[in-house]
Amino acid sequence: MIRFLLGRLWQSAILLLLVSLIGFMVLHLAPGGPMSRFALTPGMTKETLDRIAEEMGLNRPLIVQYFDWLWSLIQGDWGQSFRDKRDVLAVIGSHLYATLLLMGGSTVISMLLGGWIGVRSAMRQGGSFDYAMTIFCFVALSIPTFWFGLVAIFIFSLWLGWLPAGNMITVGDGSLGDILIHLILPTIVLALVNVAIWARYMRAATLEVLGQDFIRTAKAKGLSPRRIMNKHILGNALVPMITLTGMQLPTLLGGALVTETVFTWPGMGRLFLDSLGYNDYPVVMGLLMFSAILVVVCNLLADVIVALVDPRIRLE
Amino acid sequence: MTDLNQLPNDNVLSVKALSVRLPKGMERSHAVQEISLELKRGEILCIVGESGSGKSVTASTVMGLLPDAMVVERGQIHFGGRDLLQLPEKERRALRGRAIAMVFQDPLSALNPLMTVGDQIEEVLINHKIGDPASRRAKVLSLLGEVGLPDPALMAKQYPFRLSGGQRQRVMIAIALALDPDVLIADEPTTALDVTVQAQILELIKDLQRKKGASVMFITHDFGVVADIADRVIVMEKGRVVEEGTAREVLGNPAHPYTQKLIAAVPRLRETAAEDKAEAAPILQVKNLQKTYRSKSGLWGQERVVKAVDDISFTLRRGETLGVVGESGSGKSSMGKVLMKLIEADAGAILLDGQDIRPMTEAQFRPLRPKMQMIFQDPFASLNPRLSIGTSMTVGPIAHGMDRAQAQTTAIALLERVGLGRAAFDRYPHEFSGGQRQRIGIARALMFEPEIIIADEAVSALDVSIQAQVLQLLAEIQAERHLAMIFITHDLRVASQICDQVLVMNKGRVVELGPPMQIFRNPQEAYSRQLVEAIPGKSF
Repeated sequence: MIRFLLGRLWQSAILLLLVSLIGFMVLHLAPGGPMSRFALTPGMTKETLDRIAEEMGLNRPLIVQYFDWLWSLIQGDWGQSFRDKRDVLAVIGSHLYATLLLMGGSTVISMLLGGWIGVRSAMRQGGSFDYAMTIFCFVALSIPTFWFGLVAIFIFSLWLGWLPAGNMITVGDGSLGDILIHLILPTIVLALVNVAIWARYMRAATLEVLGQDFIRTAKAKGLSPRRIMNKHILGNALVPMITLTGMQLPTLLGGALVTETVFTWPGMGRLFLDSLGYNDYPVVMGLLMFSAILVVVCNLLADVIVALVDPRIRLE
Repeated sequence: MTDLNQLPNDNVLSVKALSVRLPKGMERSHAVQEISLELKRGEILCIVGESGSGKSVTASTVMGLLPDAMVVERGQIHFGGRDLLQLPEKERRALRGRAIAMVFQDPLSALNPLMTVGDQIEEVLINHKIGDPASRRAKVLSLLGEVGLPDPALMAKQYPFRLSGGQRQRVMIAIALALDPDVLIADEPTTALDVTVQAQILELIKDLQRKKGASVMFITHDFGVVADIADRVIVMEKGRVVEEGTAREVLGNPAHPYTQKLIAAVPRLRETAAEDKAEAAPILQVKNLQKTYRSKSGLWGQERVVKAVDDISFTLRRGETLGVVGESGSGKSSMGKVLMKLIEADAGAILLDGQDIRPMTEAQFRPLRPKMQMIFQDPFASLNPRLSIGTSMTVGPIAHGMDRAQAQTTAIALLERVGLGRAAFDRYPHEFSGGQRQRIGIARALMFEPEIIIADEAVSALDVSIQAQVLQLLAEIQAERHLAMIFITHDLRVASQICDQVLVMNKGRVVELGPPMQIFRNPQEAYSRQLVEAIPGKSF
C-alpha cells in the first residue's frame, strides 16, 4: 500500500509537471498578454511599458519565467494576481467555498437521484420506468448546460418568480437560507447531466450484479428482498461507482465554469473566465494547477477506497 | 440403498404433474412438462439428463427460484403437508435456506466476493432469527469444521477469492446445511471441480446426508457420479421423465431407449490394450520443454514465477494418439499452446519431422503451421459469429496460398465428411448446436491436411451422447488420414478410450507416461493413482 502510494505520488508529480509546462506555454502562445491592457492606456510610452514589464518580470525569456514560477510554486508561493496583487492562493481560496457548495450539492443530488434511478431501472429492466428514464437520460445528456440554465432562469425566475436568477446572496442578506435559495437553480442545472451519467452507470452495474450467481445464493438462503438489495446488490454495484465518482468529480469543475457564468455564481469557474479575460496569468495557472491536483487526488482517493472496500484488490 | 417398497408414503417432497412454460420463441414450449417425482426421507435421488432436459428448471421450481421469464403452468409441489406453489412468497422465503436448501454448480461465483465466508454462513442464521451473536459465531465455526475445512477460526475471516474451488464448494455446503434442512438440492455441485476434489465433495455430501438424515435431490449429467452416490435415479429428456428406478435398476438394466443410449455413450475406462504403434515413424519429438510464466505488477511489484511446463519430453508417432491428462493448473493447456508456438517456450526442443521448430521465428515457422492444427474447447467462442462457416474454413488456407475454388471444394467435402452436409457452408455459427460446432472445428482443422492435431478439451463442453459421437468421428478421421493427435483432457475416462499413450501432468511436470493399461490399471506413481482413484463411477 505504502509502495503503491509512493509510486502514484511519483507518477503524479511527473504528470503535474507536464500539465504545468504545457499550460504555461500555451497560455503565453495566445495573442495579447498581460502587457496589452497597459499598451492601450492613453499617453503610455515605450519606456514606461518596458519598466512595467521589467517590474513584473515579463521581459525575461519564457523558459526562465516558467522555472521561476515553478520554483516558487514548489516552495508554496503561487504568485500574485496581476489584477490586484493578492496572493493567488488567497484569490482561489475566496472563490473555493462557492464552487465547493455548488459541486457538493450537485454531487449529492446526482449520486442519490441517479443511483436510485439506476437501481430501480435495473430491477425492472424493460419496464415503463426503465424506458422513461432511458429517454430522460439521453435528453439530459444532450441538453447543453448553458441552454438549460437559461431556460431554468426563464421559467423559475422570470416567469414564475420563485427563485433568484443569479448571484449567491441578495445584497444586504447573506444568511444560510438566502444562500440555499440561490443555490437551488445552479445546483439542479449542474446536476442534470451527472444524474443521467450516474443513472446509466448504476443501471449497468446493478444489472451486472443481478446476473451473478451469488444473488441466486442469497435468494436460496431465504433472504428478504430488502436484505438482498442492501447487503448483496448495492454493496457490489457501488464498487465501480467509486471509480466513476473519482473521475467525475473534477469534471464537475468544467461544468461549473458554464453554470457559474450563466448564474453569475462567484465561484472558481467565474474566476477562471474573468482571469483569462484579464490576462491574469498567475491566477489562470494557479487554477489550472489546482484542478490538475484535484484530478490526481480524486482518482488516487477512489483507487484507495476501492481497495479498502474490495478485498480482491490489492494496491501494489 | 433404500428399498423402494418400504414405507411407500414416506415422501418428504413430491412433485405432481408439474409443467413450466418457456418464453415464446424457444425451441420448445415447456421447460418441463407433466413431470411427477417423489423424494423419500433420507435418500439421495439423482436427476440425470443432458443439457436442456429440464433438470435444473425442476430444481429451481422446487426452490422457488425460477427466472421471471418462466412460468409454472400447472402442477403441485407438496412439502410438509402444503403445496409450495400455493404458498405466498413470504412463507416460501421462510422455508428457503431452512427447510429446503440448495448448492449450486459454480462455487467460484456463488459466494459474495465482498463478504467474509463466516459472515455469509452467519447470514442464514441471522435471517432465520436463530440464536444470538455468540452462539451464531460458534455455530459458524462448527459448520466450517463439519464440512472439513482446516482452521475454522481463520477460515471464517477469509474472503471467497482466497479459497480454492473445492473449499468454496465446502463453504456452500456449510451454508446449505446450516439449519439442518429436510431437503438439500444439489445442482451439478461437482461439475466445475477437478476429479480428486469432486470425489472429496461427493464423499462429504454422502457423509453429511447420512449424519443429518436429510433427503438429497442431486442433479447431474454424469452417470459416473450417479453410480457413486445415488439411491434412486430419475432420467429426464426434453422436459419429461423417461425413466425412474433404483440406481441399480437404471444403471444396470435401463428400460427406456434414451437411457440405454445415454448409458452406452458414457465414456468408460477401456479394458483392452491399444494396438502397438511403436513401429510407426515419429512425427513429433519433444525434449526437455520449458515454459515459465512471470508476472510482475507495478514498477516495484514482486515477481510471480509459475513453471507451467517444466522439463517435458515425449515422442509422438504417426497415427498415434497421446493423451495429456491433468487437473486444472497442471500446465496441460500451456503445453498445447507452446507446441503450436502460440506462446514461445523458454528452453527445450520441438522436433517436427526431425526439424527443431522451437528457435524458429514466426516467419520461418509459418509455412510449417499447416502441419499442426488445433481444435479448441469452447465451440461457441472459437468460431467468429460474423463469418459464415465457409468463410471461417477457407480464409486460412487461402491466406496460405490455396486456390479459392479448390478451398471451397475441400471445405464442402470436409463438411460432408464430418456429417454436416454442404448446406452448412453458407450458414453462420449461431445456427448450429455445440456438437455441430465442434464438428465444424474439426473440419476447419482438416482444411490444411495437417499431420498433427492438438485437441484441447475438445469434447469437454459436450453432452455425453454428443461427446461419444464426436470422439467416434475423431477416431475415424484419424484412422483414415493416419493423423497423429495430442488429446488434452481432464477426463481420464475419455483419455482411456482413445489414447495409445497417456501422459499424466501435475504442476507442469510429467508424473507418468505410459500406455492406458499401465496408467489406469496399474499406475506407478502416487499422483496418478490418486487421479485414477477419484474417477467417478468406477464400479459401473
